[in-house]
Amino acid sequence: MTAPVERAGTTTPAERPETTALAKGGAAPDGPVRRWQGSAGFAAVFTAVAVLALVAAPLLLEPFRLGLLAKYLCYAIVALGIGLAWGQGGMLTLGQGVFFGLGGYAMGMYLKLNDAGGDLPDFMVWSGVEELPALWKPFGNPVFALAMVVVLPVGVALLLGTLVFRQRVRGAYFAILTQALAAALVILLVGQQGLTGGTNGLTNFFDFFGHDVAAEETQRGLYLIVAAVLGVLYLGARQLVRSRFGRLLLAVRDGEERVRFLGYDPAVVKTLTFAISAGMAGIAGALFVPVVGIISPALLGVVPSIELVVAVAVGGRFALAGAVLGAVVMGYARTYFSEELPDAWLYLQGALFVLVMTLAPKGLAGLAAGLVRRREARA
Amino acid sequence: MEGVLNQLPIGLSIGAVLLLVALGLTFTFGQMGVVNMAHGEFIMAGAYTAYLLQGVGFLVALPAAFVVAGLMGLILERTLVRRFYGRPLDTLLLTWGVSLMLQQLARDLFGAPNVQVASPEWLRGGIGILPYNRLFIMALAAASVLAIWAYMNRTGQGRRMRAVMQNRRLAATSGIDTGRVDQRTFFIGSGLAGVAGVALTLIGPVGPTLGTYYIVDAFLVVVAGGLGQLRGAVLAATGLGLLNSYAEFWSDASLAKVVVFAAIIGFLQVRPQGLFFVRSRALT
Repeated sequence: MTAPVERAGTTTPAERPETTALAKGGAAPDGPVRRWQGSAGFAAVFTAVAVLALVAAPLLLEPFRLGLLAKYLCYAIVALGIGLAWGQGGMLTLGQGVFFGLGGYAMGMYLKLNDAGGDLPDFMVWSGVEELPALWKPFGNPVFALAMVVVLPVGVALLLGTLVFRQRVRGAYFAILTQALAAALVILLVGQQGLTGGTNGLTNFFDFFGHDVAAEETQRGLYLIVAAVLGVLYLGARQLVRSRFGRLLLAVRDGEERVRFLGYDPAVVKTLTFAISAGMAGIAGALFVPVVGIISPALLGVVPSIELVVAVAVGGRFALAGAVLGAVVMGYARTYFSEELPDAWLYLQGALFVLVMTLAPKGLAGLAAGLVRRREARA
Repeated sequence: MEGVLNQLPIGLSIGAVLLLVALGLTFTFGQMGVVNMAHGEFIMAGAYTAYLLQGVGFLVALPAAFVVAGLMGLILERTLVRRFYGRPLDTLLLTWGVSLMLQQLARDLFGAPNVQVASPEWLRGGIGILPYNRLFIMALAAASVLAIWAYMNRTGQGRRMRAVMQNRRLAATSGIDTGRVDQRTFFIGSGLAGVAGVALTLIGPVGPTLGTYYIVDAFLVVVAGGLGQLRGAVLAATGLGLLNSYAEFWSDASLAKVVVFAAIIGFLQVRPQGLFFVRSRALT
């Protein structure tokens, strides 16, 4: 690597995060952050958060607020996947909405068919469709639909990843392509009114596996499911990052060519990670449908996809916990500001983003880690 | 058959607009490693400039939009973007934040609904299947490309710009003020987006989110054409414009974008670096 020529798409030292920060996970040397992440400290913090989320929140929050929190936790699952692909793997994906949507529509199609009970779903009748389209038929089977929630996003991500990463298309190019995919999917969904419900998407669900989806009890149960799924996926992702595969992923992010010269295939590492993050987004989409009661193109286009990337950046892209935190914080901020100052929200969101990128590129998690480090230094 | 021919000027004029937009993107990306998501909002700024100057005359709007959008680009470069050189992914997200704010600003200034700009008398009508407004857009793009080509290959500033694009450090060592070159590139690139905005008022209404419709496709032009390549951008923009309009014609509008996306992915299997690229031994 002599005479590094400045080229777009290359990771320059400035873009590379300090490897001592939270980013490094298991491989970090001893330091305050490492100690916080060490098993005992981590277990204590994780248990505290889990108790707070699983026991305290359902008891203390009124049903409407609990529903909102469930929605943010769904976004947090997507954010976790973005944190894995972008923060750990360096793949900036601007199209997670695609996978979120695939999972959501798979679930929505099953719920629609289940509610229709052998008849056509209501929106098809309105669009003048007379027979159930072949694409819909297998989704009447709950097992098939639930499998598709993961299989569809993972399949699309594997295909796209293989085609793109094999050709060493990466960096901003990859980001642009994922964004184009999100834009194309939205136009497709809006255009195929009879098949997808068009702009309205799939909504008006009544029954969720034998429970009234609007009932308070069902919603509380759904909240618990979402929180538990997030917890399990977080632990899984953390384990993955700390494994040998996780180290390889970091290595690919920081020096793809070197990894190639060492005999690994970076394309495989990246494709698998991208597929895992897509699967997470698919699960999140499927949970989102009964929680919020709708899946529509507006929820999965370019803008919502980038908004989640923004949330991850605000929370701290180099730490998985930061990604989750960012999604919840930004969710609350959005709700608060669109209730109090609807016109200012876009300015605030934009300004917040500019500020985070210029002043705190490691986000809230980076600021927190900095505080811990400073206190340790003083002590 | 007539339908097929009718699509031709539509596809070519869309390609011309994409070209005007993509030129700025490909040069800022190729030269500075900046992925400018706010570029779409410079289109919008150009279009609103034409809207404000309706009484004054269409030909005044073109240079005015160039200057307005160019200055916006220059301000963006001076205040924010220059802190992020060499970090393309960070500039992408940073400029996206800027684009959100600019869209909201347009909403506050001009209102959320679309506005219509009346085309000048002399651009109504057409010859046969060739409407004057679409012909004018093609001519505008052709003239812009010629001007850019002449600027890059026939002037001292252009020579310095090419030098910085090819090797920034070597150019800096040779005494070129790379900062100034970056500012000029940003000004010209953003200005061209403004010109594209004026062109768009001839074929449709103007709204705060006008730019978002073209920015994704313009980036695809950069991907397919190759970084910082003038001829690559021309070919890719024309191809993409035609592909868009014919895919819409033969399948339907909702499938067209999927077809285009699949075509780009397929194209990248053959030419992962785009149509044209500078050969180098540098590892990427």
